[in-house]
Amino acid sequence: MQTVFSIAVDALAYGMVLFVISIGLSVTMGLMRVVNLAHGGFAMIGGYIASYVARDLGLGYALAIIAAVVFTILIAIPIERLLYRRIYGQPELTQVLMTIGITFCIIGIANFTMGPTLKTIPLAPALQGSADIGFRTIPIHRLFAIVCGLAVALGLWYAIEKTNFGIKLRASVDNAAMAAALGVRTEIVYAVSFAVAVGLAALGGVVGAEFLPVEPYYALRYMVTFLVVVSVGGAGSIPGALAACLLLGAIDTTGRYLMPEFGEFFFYLAVIAVICIFPRGLAGRAK
Amino acid sequence: MKKTILAALAVMALSGTASAEVIKIGVVGPFSGPFALQGKNFKAGIDAYMALHGNTVGDDTIEIIYRDIPTADPAQSKALGQELIVKEKVQYLAGFYFTPDAMAVTPILKQGNVPMVIMNAATSAIVKTSPLVVRTSFTTWQTSTPIAKVAADAGVKKIISVVSDYGPGIDAENAFKAAFEKAGGEIVEAIRMPLSTNDFSPIMQRIKDSGAQGVFAFLPSGPTTLGFVKAFNDNGLKAAGTKFFAPGDLTQESDLQALGDAALGIQTTFHYAVSHDSPENKTFVEAAVKAIGNKAELSFPSVGAYDGMHVIYKMIEATGGERDAQKAVDAVKGLSWTSPRGPVSIDPDSRHITQNIYLREVAKTSDGSYINKEVQTFEKQGDPGLAATK
Repeated sequence: MQTVFSIAVDALAYGMVLFVISIGLSVTMGLMRVVNLAHGGFAMIGGYIASYVARDLGLGYALAIIAAVVFTILIAIPIERLLYRRIYGQPELTQVLMTIGITFCIIGIANFTMGPTLKTIPLAPALQGSADIGFRTIPIHRLFAIVCGLAVALGLWYAIEKTNFGIKLRASVDNAAMAAALGVRTEIVYAVSFAVAVGLAALGGVVGAEFLPVEPYYALRYMVTFLVVVSVGGAGSIPGALAACLLLGAIDTTGRYLMPEFGEFFFYLAVIAVICIFPRGLAGRAK
Repeated sequence: MKKTILAALAVMALSGTASAEVIKIGVVGPFSGPFALQGKNFKAGIDAYMALHGNTVGDDTIEIIYRDIPTADPAQSKALGQELIVKEKVQYLAGFYFTPDAMAVTPILKQGNVPMVIMNAATSAIVKTSPLVVRTSFTTWQTSTPIAKVAADAGVKKIISVVSDYGPGIDAENAFKAAFEKAGGEIVEAIRMPLSTNDFSPIMQRIKDSGAQGVFAFLPSGPTTLGFVKAFNDNGLKAAGTKFFAPGDLTQESDLQALGDAALGIQTTFHYAVSHDSPENKTFVEAAVKAIGNKAELSFPSVGAYDGMHVIYKMIEATGGERDAQKAVDAVKGLSWTSPRGPVSIDPDSRHITQNIYLREVAKTSDGSYINKEVQTFEKQGDPGLAATK
């Protein structure tokens, strides 16, 4: 029984980290209809900035997270204006080619400027070490990741479903021409959503760095995992992505505990099963 | 004026063909992509050797031709090997980070009359695939066997083995198992985990549940080692007194700075530590750091490359610069010298390097960097893997 609880806690933590990293991609793919393969690249930029601020400048973890999100967005704004704006509404192949190209550029620049070695982000003292939760110990950082995941999920859901901006965003996505005719400035709506998505990527890169260490190939190494989460959850759906992360986290963690030699067999089996039953993902909307 | 230049050129060209030649060495390794750091270390080792020993042997000038193979890709490796032999007319092939890449090229060595000097690929069986292969790196069997003795000496009786599920990982598991059971220990469980594992918490839970006193781990050097060592600490295994044993891939110097305090006290066995204390190593590290640009990026593939160049230079000396692969290989059988890693020799039967394996412990130096501090030496270790697979 203790083992079951133990696995459950690990699964929850892993699922939440997946969620924090992948949700930005879900926003770009679902709400903005851009297949953004450079998502991992932005997460990596966030990780590098946080590492620089916390480790090289010694300014602390909290400041590192804020700096990572802010500066990654600042880097992304010109990229959005000059490059992404041209591919909104283009065929998927164009988007894939362009964003994978951006990814390779980011990898090259990161390798050149930061070097090929691993970069770590020193945690705040309060997040180091382990906490005793009765039946086992768990790294405090994982609890922090779980809290971050819940906060992001709640915040996004509220912003999209309940605020004025959310209404404009959904209108622009469903019918850009009609929304523009009604006075919604779709360009600004898109730019803001893109910035939010990139900011979430950066946040995920920092919070998830304990699982997925920051190095130049980060941008491609974990891309498949992010895409799987989005396709299982249904692009653009916050509850869908959350459900997908928890489900996949649970299956992956249990599989790895019971039968590690099967590798990622159960993970991908679950992906195939879900996609067969829900071709648009758990909470996908029909086009 | 024009005539004199032409005449001078003609004289140079004539004298060029008469005595000195350019001997080309083809080096295949990962110079871009996720493993570019390892390729960079190859290059640093080669550059360091040529900076210290000159780029000529006798009258012949040495030219290195690099070919990039980003990840293990046997088909591509074979194509590059053929291109180097046929088009570039190289006299020697060297490098090879991954076993499959080396294996793909060995069948064409005889026909091309080209010896191969392996600077990294660490599976025992490669040397058996062609009599023209010489290896100056290590094998996973060679580095994983002594740690079993260390574990047994520390009084550990029950060990759980955790390795990445691919060739070298399985080699490490078998090597450790053979040596540890011989020493009277017991492997309570052997776990193989996929290479792409990111979250090691469930594995740590397995280790805890197995009731083992210690864990033997093998992961390829790179990002995953960080997650593994952190998970080991964060899940309370270190605090619970579980002992941690591994070959040195896990604490490669270029990853070690990121592992930091989490790795303190981990014991590994390996053939080379950048911190090795000897005059030869000091000279080598100085030259290699100059070549690579940043000391934090220097690690073990550089020394394999450095000694590989030593072997090739000896081969060129022995053959007088002529193309004769068999004579070149025969000339270095039994060759012994003092490498930056300590005394080494080429075993005449296996053509693999016999060397000291060191037990190291991760320690922090006074300037805040982390090193693999050598604490014990296992002298003149051959490759037990070849005997085991016969």
